[in-house]
Amino acid sequence: MRSNAGGVAETPLAIEARGIVKRFDGFTAVDGVDLTVPEGAIYGILGPNGAGKTTTLRMLLGIIDPDAGIRRVLGHDRPHEISHAIGYLPEERGLYPAMKAYEAIAFLGALRGLPLAEGRRRGKELLEEHGLGYAIDRQIRQLSKGMAQQVQLLGTLVHEPRLVVFDEPFSGLDAINQGKLEKMIRRLAANGTTVIFSTHVIAHAERLCDEVAIIAGGKVPFAGPVNVARDRIPPQVRLETREREGRWRAAFPADARLEGSFWHFSLPETGIEPLLRALIEGEAGILSLSIERAGLHDAFVAIAGEAAAKALELEKEEQR
Amino acid sequence: MRSGRLSTLQAAFVIARRDFVAILFSRSFLFFLLGPLFPVFVGVLAGGIGAKVQTSVQPPELGIAMSPADMQAMSWAYDKLEARLGKDVPKLVMLTPVLPGQAHDPRTSLGNRRLNLGAVLTGSPSAPVLTGSNEQINRWQGPVSLIAAEAKGLGQRDYPAVTLAAVGGKTQLDHARGQMITAQSAQLLLFLLTMMLAGMVLSNLVEEKGNKIIEVLAAAIPMDAVFLGKLFAMLAVSMVGITVWGVTGVSIALVAGRSLSELTSPAVGWPLFFAFGVIYFAMGYLLLGSLFLAIGSLATTVREVQTLSMPVTFLQLFVFFFASFAMALPGTAIEYGAIAFPLSSPFAMLARAAQDPALWPHALALAWQALCVGLIIKGGATLFRKRVMQSGSGGHAPRRSLLRRVFSRV
Repeated sequence: MRSNAGGVAETPLAIEARGIVKRFDGFTAVDGVDLTVPEGAIYGILGPNGAGKTTTLRMLLGIIDPDAGIRRVLGHDRPHEISHAIGYLPEERGLYPAMKAYEAIAFLGALRGLPLAEGRRRGKELLEEHGLGYAIDRQIRQLSKGMAQQVQLLGTLVHEPRLVVFDEPFSGLDAINQGKLEKMIRRLAANGTTVIFSTHVIAHAERLCDEVAIIAGGKVPFAGPVNVARDRIPPQVRLETREREGRWRAAFPADARLEGSFWHFSLPETGIEPLLRALIEGEAGILSLSIERAGLHDAFVAIAGEAAAKALELEKEEQR
Repeated sequence: MRSGRLSTLQAAFVIARRDFVAILFSRSFLFFLLGPLFPVFVGVLAGGIGAKVQTSVQPPELGIAMSPADMQAMSWAYDKLEARLGKDVPKLVMLTPVLPGQAHDPRTSLGNRRLNLGAVLTGSPSAPVLTGSNEQINRWQGPVSLIAAEAKGLGQRDYPAVTLAAVGGKTQLDHARGQMITAQSAQLLLFLLTMMLAGMVLSNLVEEKGNKIIEVLAAAIPMDAVFLGKLFAMLAVSMVGITVWGVTGVSIALVAGRSLSELTSPAVGWPLFFAFGVIYFAMGYLLLGSLFLAIGSLATTVREVQTLSMPVTFLQLFVFFFASFAMALPGTAIEYGAIAFPLSSPFAMLARAAQDPALWPHALALAWQALCVGLIIKGGATLFRKRVMQSGSGGHAPRRSLLRRVFSRV
């Protein structure tokens, strides 16, 4: 535990990145990204394809070095020094086709410093535990794509890492296996393991993550708790009235829009009471009214869209 | 049990162990063992060219030791006949004239390492005595008789009989030529072995690319360790292969009743020469293999890796011919160039071991080669980190041609 200036204990950080930059042949793939991932958290990196998620993860893991900025992983500046405490499942899965399933798991463990004999023993155990006991002695080339993916996932965890990094872990999995993976991620976090994963499917992040980083165009316009991201946009009001027109309409905010029989608009800063008063006094006839907190999807669209708009403005200014 | 941090060497061992076992039990290892059949083919084809190189470089000369007047007459006759007979007349080397009351021992001149003598002519133009190896004196008997007749002023009317004196052992020239054959054979063997192995390393990398496991490796351990592991795995595989070939070769030789004593002993002696052979083979392979890995790792597709193998094969051929050429010019800038250029250095030094007994140049050369291996591995790993993992599946990094990626500034 660390403590801040006020003496309040802070959760130690599994990952700390400040202003990391990566350029490829004049193209800036990651542009000054800041991330802080508390230990034991489930942390999501959200962004569309090509946003810089994979490059960011690769820099954090030491596969490539940043051109600028600093990164610390489990307290180490060089991620390979703490490689034995990290598990990584890349987006493009890969195993040696001629290896047997348990050998593949043991090999992935050996790469992280787990003795081969121990890796073999655990590999067999893990396969049995996850209902793949029949595949222990099968070669990877004899397994289906989904099964091979599970074997690689088990190989990522065989050395009991403190930090697990998954790059688009849900891609290529059917709904049942997606559910299993979500459970596994929750179990890992419950045991104190920090889990970071990238995804472009917000629903997974919304269900699993304590904190998220939204990445777009190589920049991170938001990084923090999911609740804070959702609070970035005001709650949404959904209102159904018997009357369609009346003086009460003047009390509606500017962004109000009618979809079907429902009015949709952001909750005004003054709250719902003045609007309610106007509706009642104007005899609008309230049929239904709900105030919903924004979802992560709405937050993502608002935040990533805003960042894209800012980036465009910057580009225009630079051209001038 | 939690896992512990691996050192670079331990990490390299994990890679080497996997690769070694995988290759040893693969079909490609069987083809590797059958590989020597290919050198037999090439050896037969290259033999003709090699023999030509060997004879065109440093043709043997005829030493002459007679009275000053006879030597002058022989020299005059030689000059007169040389234009007409061309290459059939050996070049004359004037040794110390024999004064009255003195004698000349041809064996001493033939044993002189600084001279390139095939035979020595003594006596007089009327009664010439030709001393040398059987092969050489029989070949030169005719031209010597012609020169002697001309020197006597008899022209084509009376050819004096040449007394032939065959020396029992090999002349210095025979020895030098034998050593050159040893050096040439060793170079050829080294070249074929390294070519085969470097090709296998490249195939191994193709497999990694195809399996997309390279990112898993790069995330877990430093790329230097990945490269080192791959190189040493292949080296270990090749040692197994060499042992198999060696045992087979020796068995065949024993059955056929042949022995090494039939070959000219290399300058450093057979045991050291074998040791140097293994060491220079390892260095040659590590140098070329690390270069293959460095370049091959830049390719993003299997097809690109395969495309790269052609120019690199040409480079290997160039290196081999450069080293072969340098072998025939010992002590020249070309030989030193071949020794200094990392890729040809092991070939040039092995040839030197066959021809020169000095050992200290080998220590220097090995240190230089080891340094180059380290630099190439480090450079390859750096290139890999900087240029290979450019984007995920949806990355927007502009796609650049293979050549631009290979040659662009790091």
